[in-house]
Amino acid sequence: MRTPVVSALAGLSLALGLLAGAAAAADPCEVPTYLWFGNNDLKHVAEAVKKDKRLTIAVVGTGSSILAGPDGPPSAYPARLEAALKQKLPSVAVKVVTLVRTRMTAQDLAQGMGKLLIDEKPDLVIWQTGTLDAIRRIEPDDFRAALDEGVETLHRGGADVILMNMQYSPRTDIMIALGPYADNMRVVAQQHEVPLFDRLAIMRHWSDTGAFDLYAAGKDNVLAHRVHDCIGRSIASMIIDAAHLRPADLKVGQ
Amino acid sequence: MHAPVVSTGRDLRLDLFRGIALWLIFLDHIPSNLVAWGTLRNYGFSDATEIFVFVSGYTAAFVYGKEMRERGFIIAGARILRRTWQIYVAHVFLFAIYLAEISYVATSFENPLYAEEMNILDFLKQPDVTIIQALLLKFKPANMDVLPLYIILLLLFPPTLWLLQFRSTLALGASVLLYVLTWEFNWNMPSYPSGHWYFNPFAWQLLFVFGAWCALGGAQRLSTVLQSPVTVSIAIAYLVFAFVISLTWYVPGLGQYVPHWLEEVIYPIDKVNLDVLRFAHFLALAVVTVKFVPRDWPFLKSRWAWPAIVCGQHSLEIFCLGVFLSFAAHFAMVEVSGAFWMQLLVSAVGILIMIAAACLIRWYKVAEGRSPGSRSMKTPDADLAGGEA
Repeated sequence: MRTPVVSALAGLSLALGLLAGAAAAADPCEVPTYLWFGNNDLKHVAEAVKKDKRLTIAVVGTGSSILAGPDGPPSAYPARLEAALKQKLPSVAVKVVTLVRTRMTAQDLAQGMGKLLIDEKPDLVIWQTGTLDAIRRIEPDDFRAALDEGVETLHRGGADVILMNMQYSPRTDIMIALGPYADNMRVVAQQHEVPLFDRLAIMRHWSDTGAFDLYAAGKDNVLAHRVHDCIGRSIASMIIDAAHLRPADLKVGQ
Repeated sequence: MHAPVVSTGRDLRLDLFRGIALWLIFLDHIPSNLVAWGTLRNYGFSDATEIFVFVSGYTAAFVYGKEMRERGFIIAGARILRRTWQIYVAHVFLFAIYLAEISYVATSFENPLYAEEMNILDFLKQPDVTIIQALLLKFKPANMDVLPLYIILLLLFPPTLWLLQFRSTLALGASVLLYVLTWEFNWNMPSYPSGHWYFNPFAWQLLFVFGAWCALGGAQRLSTVLQSPVTVSIAIAYLVFAFVISLTWYVPGLGQYVPHWLEEVIYPIDKVNLDVLRFAHFLALAVVTVKFVPRDWPFLKSRWAWPAIVCGQHSLEIFCLGVFLSFAAHFAMVEVSGAFWMQLLVSAVGILIMIAAACLIRWYKVAEGRSPGSRSMKTPDADLAGGEA
């Protein structure tokens, strides 16, 4: 009578052990698929990569797209994104340019989009915004109008867009009401059918799983570098996925 | 400990639901709190704010309306304005606590990952401007938007109440008209440093005035409509619809089943201007509540309902305490641990402190010989009856 129970328990503990082992071995910056927002195509990216074997990405953003210090720029997520894409798409000339200016609202950034298209001719623009708008409590309707304007300008100029929202910052989140701004970014992403890199939810997930201690208050550059590395790699995966770029196909095409 | 709930002819359901709304507002104000998954806003369009504003309008009219009939416009109006002043003082007190917390954060937080978020401290560089703007109710930090709304609503309440007493339909009609015009012309009050009020008083007044109108006989006039099976069915259907839509916000992959045209129609659901979907959701909740929770429900007199009722009867104090406690809970989570057990602990302890404080306030008032709604006193106790206006 006991044997089935015992073996079932043994099987269960084995399964649990395997699960635990798998979890420990898993990439700390893994993002569960339900946090990918929008399954929209990046047509211009796909075309540039498949036809021209080159890909120019512009990151437009504010303070949370850069890291301070001498080793800041190569550690910030735009540089990590470039490195990850170069590794995943070895046959493609990948270039990531950053146009980051601190203390800019979505409205300020939207006005620069036309010039950006002329100067850099990007295939894809990653637009990180929302934090300063939330801090300054910009009218959510105005915020949405600025997003609309920026995304439309970029689409007219022939660039794909990925929107990126705010960071999850547990120490300051009682002071900054991100909700309406995150909601509006979702709505704009949905209406214009552009992918949203939901940095807020993704970093929250990393915090909840214990991958990173985002409550830390001290001057810890290592943490900042690791988080940016994960963000860069996750966006790289998102781009590959949304542009339907399978590395195997590209190699065959070579 | 268990003081008897004095039967005053008052509707204890209002106190019960306002008490519960105060707890939910507290839970919603603690960021990163998984316990807040249990709160109303995750299961439909409206949230505890609607309940709070409606019940506040209802009780304000109930208390001050009686006084206006008995003692005239001047006395009732003066008492309303005194109440407004108390709420203003409470708001400034909360602002001082907010300044304390943010100044502490400013000096202790150096994580390079969050350099941009530290822009929140910009306003500390200009304390002269910021503090004056806060006193003018133009600078309102996050989570401190409800009391300024309440202050404006009460400030204008004496003439509103007068009109509601004598031309109730006209008053309600004017309120609806103001709401419609606000949507049409985008009226709102300016904020500092930019933007507008998070709870637009021109829009949210509708719920407050509607609550007041219900208290002054409107609810009785509506009772046949409210009790009709058709109304109840529509309300339930709408609640189910809102629940299904809210599921798509949280359950991965469900969003794709919402037709595009429907998304175009319903989004964004505007909290600032009290979106009509939110108002309707509140109405549906109210219809279902009135239908299934009778006024003489025995539970209302039981010891289990009592903690929420006593909180609901001292709503200003408990609301302010809730805002303070949400700061404190956040502080504890940041300094000790943000783990789930800690979220559970701060949520539970917070609500227990709210109940204890409400008991203490009640004890003071009883000791001073003023029990809520007791008929023997000289002046009707607006501070207490209906859990304050």
